[in-house]
Order: sequence, then C-alpha cells, then structure tokens
Amino acid sequence: MEPLNALVSVSNFMLVPALAYGSQLALGALGITLIFSILRFAHFAHGDTMALGTAAVIGGTWFLQAQGVSIAPLPTALLAIPFGVLVLGLYLLAADRFVYRYYRKVKAKPMIFVMASLGVMFVTNGITRLFMGVGETRFEDGQRFVFTVREFRDWTGLAEGMALRSAQAITIVTALVVMVALFWFLNRTRAGKSMRAYSDNEDLALLSGINPERVVFITWVITAILLVLAGTLYGLDKGFRPFNYFQLLLPMFAAAILGGLGSPLGAIVGAYVVAFAEMGITFAWRRVFGYLMPEGLEPSSMMQLLPVDYKFAVTFAILVIVLLFRPTGIFKGKVL
Amino acid sequence: MKKLLLASTALAFSAGMASAEVKMGVLLGFTGPIEAITPMMADGAELAFREISDSGLFLGGETITPVRADSTCVDSSAAQAAAERLISSDGVVAIMGADCSGVTMAILQNVAMSAGVPMISPSATSPAFTTVDSNGLFFRTAPSDARQGEVLAGIVKERGFSEVAVTYTNNDYGLGFANAFEESFTALGGTITSKVAHEEARGDYSAEVGQLAAAGGEALVILGYIDGGGSMLRTAYELGAFERFFIGDGMFGDELIASVGDGIEGTIGTIPWADGEGADLFHAMAEEAGFQGQSSYTRESYDAAALLALAAQAAGAATPAGIAANILNVANAPGEEILPGDLARGLQILADGGEINYMGATNVTLVGPGEAAGFYREYVIENGEFVTVQFH
Repeated sequence: MEPLNALVSVSNFMLVPALAYGSQLALGALGITLIFSILRFAHFAHGDTMALGTAAVIGGTWFLQAQGVSIAPLPTALLAIPFGVLVLGLYLLAADRFVYRYYRKVKAKPMIFVMASLGVMFVTNGITRLFMGVGETRFEDGQRFVFTVREFRDWTGLAEGMALRSAQAITIVTALVVMVALFWFLNRTRAGKSMRAYSDNEDLALLSGINPERVVFITWVITAILLVLAGTLYGLDKGFRPFNYFQLLLPMFAAAILGGLGSPLGAIVGAYVVAFAEMGITFAWRRVFGYLMPEGLEPSSMMQLLPVDYKFAVTFAILVIVLLFRPTGIFKGKVL
Repeated sequence: MKKLLLASTALAFSAGMASAEVKMGVLLGFTGPIEAITPMMADGAELAFREISDSGLFLGGETITPVRADSTCVDSSAAQAAAERLISSDGVVAIMGADCSGVTMAILQNVAMSAGVPMISPSATSPAFTTVDSNGLFFRTAPSDARQGEVLAGIVKERGFSEVAVTYTNNDYGLGFANAFEESFTALGGTITSKVAHEEARGDYSAEVGQLAAAGGEALVILGYIDGGGSMLRTAYELGAFERFFIGDGMFGDELIASVGDGIEGTIGTIPWADGEGADLFHAMAEEAGFQGQSSYTRESYDAAALLALAAQAAGAATPAGIAANILNVANAPGEEILPGDLARGLQILADGGEINYMGATNVTLVGPGEAAGFYREYVIENGEFVTVQFH
C-alpha cells in the first residue's frame, strides 16, 4: 500500500504537471527545430507569436461563447483553434514576406536573421498586449476535471489523492496526435519529403526542382499550427498571460538544443527532459520518501535539491551544459 | 508707467495667489498585482481632496489638485521614477501613497527623504515601517502587519489548528507578515510546518504547492495578493494538498472569489476594518460619488488624503516641512473630533487656531511616525460572500 501512495503522491504533484508542461514545450520546440533546419535561423519571436496565436484563439472563443456555441465537456477554445491558426499563419507569412524574405535573398548571416526575429518579437509582443492587456486571461470552460483528488481517494481508498484536469488530459493526448501526424507528414508525403530534402541540402533540392518559396510557405504554416496548439493548451492549463509566453522561449530553446537542433524527435525528447528536470529538481521529495522508507526512517528535511525559485536556473544550466559538452544535442542535430 | 506696471504685476500676483492650487501626489499601483483595488483607493483620496477644495476654507481659498502616478506595486525603479516625477516635475508638496510595502520603502528612502516630502501610505503594512527612521516624513493609516499577524495567529489557533503551512508573496509585505504570523503563532504554542515564498504572475504553482504539501499541515495560511495567492489557493485545493485556508488582507476582494471557485468556501481571513459612524458616513459619501467605499484600503486612502490637507492647514502653508510637522497634531487627541464629510469644520477650527482630532473613516490614531493603531475584521467566505465573524 505504501509504495502505491508514494506513486500517487509523486504523480499528483510532479509527474502529471510535468507531463503536461513537457507536451506544451514539445509542440513549441518542434516549431523551433523546423524553422532552424529549413530557414536556418533561431526564431526568437517564437514565444510571442505563440501568445499572439493564443490571443486570436481567445478572441474566437469569446465570439463562439457569445453565439452560445459549446462543446461541453470540452473547452470551447478547441473549436476556435482553426481561426487562431488562420490569423497566426497570415501573420507569420506577412512577417516572412516583409522581413525575412529580404534577408534570405541577400543571403544574410544567421545572426542577422536572429536580430530580425528579435525585432519581430518586439512588434508581436506589443500587438498582443494591445489586444489582451498584460494581465491574466482565463478562457477555460467546460468540465474542469477528468477526476478530482477527492473522487480519486473515494475510488481507491488510498491516503493520497490525485487530480487530472481536463486541460492536462487534452494537452497530453493532443500533443501525441500532433507528433505522430507531423512525423507522418515529414516522412510520407511529397511536401514533407521536399522539406527534408531542402533542409538537408539546399542546392541539390533546388536542382531537383523543389520550389524554395513553397517549402518556406509550408514551414510557416506548420509552425503556425504547432504554435497555436501549444499556446492554446498552455493557456487552458495555466491561464493566458503574455509575459509567461515570452518566458517559455528559454525552456523551448533549451529543449530544441538539448534534443539536437533540426531533429524533430530530439525536440520532443528534449522538451520532456527539460520539463521533468525543472519539476523534479525543485520538487520536495519528503512526502514520497516518507511512504517508501521503513518506519522511523522518514526524512526530516524537505529532500529538495533546489528551491522552487530556481526553476529557470535549471533550464539555463541544462542549456549551458549541453552547449559545452555536446553542442549537437542528444540526437546529433546541427551545431548552432 | 512704471508704477502702473508694478501695480498690475502685484495685482496679477495676488490674484494668482488667491486661486493658487496646491498639488498632492496620489501614488498607487494602477498597474500590477493590486490594480483591482487601486482605482477605488484613488477615488477615495480624491474625494477628500475635492471636499477640501470645495469648502473654500483651505489656506484662504486655495484648491488641491491631485496628481496620479503609478507605483506598479512591485517594480521599485519604476515606482521611484514615478515619485521623482511627482516631486520634481509636478511639484507636489506631499504624497498620498505608496501602496505596497516594498515600493513604498524604496520611494521613502531613495526619493521622499532626500526631497523632504512627507508620505502617508494607506496600505503599506510591513512591520519594517514601525522602526524605520524616516526623519518624521512617513506615516500610514493602515496598521502594521505585526499586529495583523498576531490577530490572524489568534484566529487560527482559536479554531483548533496547531500545525499550519505558510506561503507568502515574495516581497517586503509578504515576508514581514509571515514573520509576524510565525512569531505570534509559535508563541501561542502552534507549529509552522513550512514557510514557502511564491512569486506573482506565474503560470504554474504546482511546485510551490508540492513543497508545502510535502511538509504537511492542517491548514494553509496564504499571505499574499489575489493574483498569486489566489492561484496558490486554487492549486492547493485542486491538488488536494490542503482543505482549509486562512488569508491575509491582501487577498480580500471580489475577484478572489471569482477567480478561485469552489476551494475558497469556508476560508477565513482578516482585513483592517472600521465600523461605526465614520465608516458609515464614508460609505454613504462614496456611494454618492459613484464608487465602492467598502473596497480594501479605500477608507484608509480617504483618511490619508484628508490628513495631508488638514496638516497643511494647521501649518498655515502647504509646504512639505509644515505638513510633515503637523500630521500627528491633527490626527490625534486632544481636539475636536472630525469625521468624513466634516472636513470643512476641521479646516475652520484650524484656521481659527483651534485643535482637531481627525477620526475619519477608520478611527485614525497614529502611534508616532510610521505606525497606526489597528482594528481588524475577521470574515469567513460562505456561499461566495464575505461574512463578518467578529472584530478584533
């Protein structure tokens, strides 16, 4: 009975939140990796464009709610995702048309691209705040829980309880579906193959008749889909606040670099490693060990490696260690 | 010709004097974690300034123009810049503010003290202000959290909880309050299982809650703001870490109930309060002016503003030094008791050389610079309403 309690406790406070957080990061990191391998620059506007896409979804949600549309028990926001993808897709394509295309034409150095995306980040950041303000917006509706702590305790009779929120469940399922779909697209479809070819060797791809502008177009559209999904799921789970989306930039980049830039599988693995490291290292293990250790040997300290405030430091440390010792990442991506 | 010029200049000067305006700063966090309550606080302060101006008795007919500035509640450098602007660019003679303890301390020590401008804060409740040496420039109409910590500890103990976990917002207010609570609670024989800080405006609080849950406890005491503290409460309830909650004054507000949901039911909290004639009069005036007089620190804001104006009247001139020197005189006995809406009478008495004891909306009694005597309301949240239990 006791190990079971330990497992439930650690799931409730760490595993489930980390799994949901990791899934959100994975969707974002996939976008970073795609842009890096195909457009060949680090997309700094990632967090803020994610916020913009989510803002569009929230606008769509409000509109649908006003029309009385509901898909309860699921959140209405899921219905508004296509609208968010449309808005963000157009925005990203416009940014490409007016900013990035010029630098592509003059074959600018990657650093120039990064600075250009930094500019796009600031503009996007301002636009989002103009519409949504800086405060928190909650747009979750429908049923909040798959099961609550109290229901779980009543079912199992365990001392420890565990909750699963609808937003967490939707996040984990959606992320899995999207990852599978993305791999299928990249490996099985003509467009996906042309993207991989372009990423592998630009000149050869051009020679074999692949239209670069089309590859760029598809990349931005896929990025928009990934960003809107990641942003909406994050917002449903934790509430929408533009600044928090900006802050996601660091863990998303850490995930993409840790997995190996340019490797989609790496981005996913990296995202979960970052999420579990952030949560696990700052987690107080005392309660869990209290169940596992024999009577009388329960730990008296909190069994916490780092205080909660150091979450971001964990991500930074991962980033630094990877860049120092294995700059290609776990799955041998490109070197930044 | 020269004579005429001189005469007209003198005339213009005296005319200028007669309708002169005195500027007072209203420095509150219009953006940031307490933005939900600051509009009402500013309305409260401006209500007092308007009452003084409209009476026509203030320093022989001068009027007070309030100048608003944003303290942000959390960003000390932005708050100092705002205070700097009020003093050097707008030329205010005194400041009604600031609000949150951290920024208030920063403004006091880095701006107000070097400029010699007095401040009365309606809501800075950190115990640190009791002992700070402000050269007699800092006053507050809200009581210190040292006192609130004592009251809250008594309430928690009285309800039969002897082991509690504490979380506080990571700033001067939160830390001061948490220390005061811990001191009183352990003195009453209780145990604090763990004391964890939380930041405002984070997306996810499950790690903080996990840490508190690891240490256990029968209830969670949250000393923070609606934003972060409310999220902590929701997360702790949803993860099943705690069932019972006690909250400090920063968490009082209708937004709390709206944002937290079910978990809030049965939560007990404290808030500086006032009932009686002064508070009733003020609530009626606020209603007439079209804002919520019952909102947190709105009464204290009115009192802070009124005290600044009355002190200027007692000094006979709206100078920073004069105001600072007279605040204690007008706030405390002896003298005629002055209630809200009655400021004109207070001005008249002071103009005639008499003494007043300003009671205001919160029964103001100032215990020297930096400290006010306090009175608290204990409430419990039942069916989404704040229900008064008793007063302390």
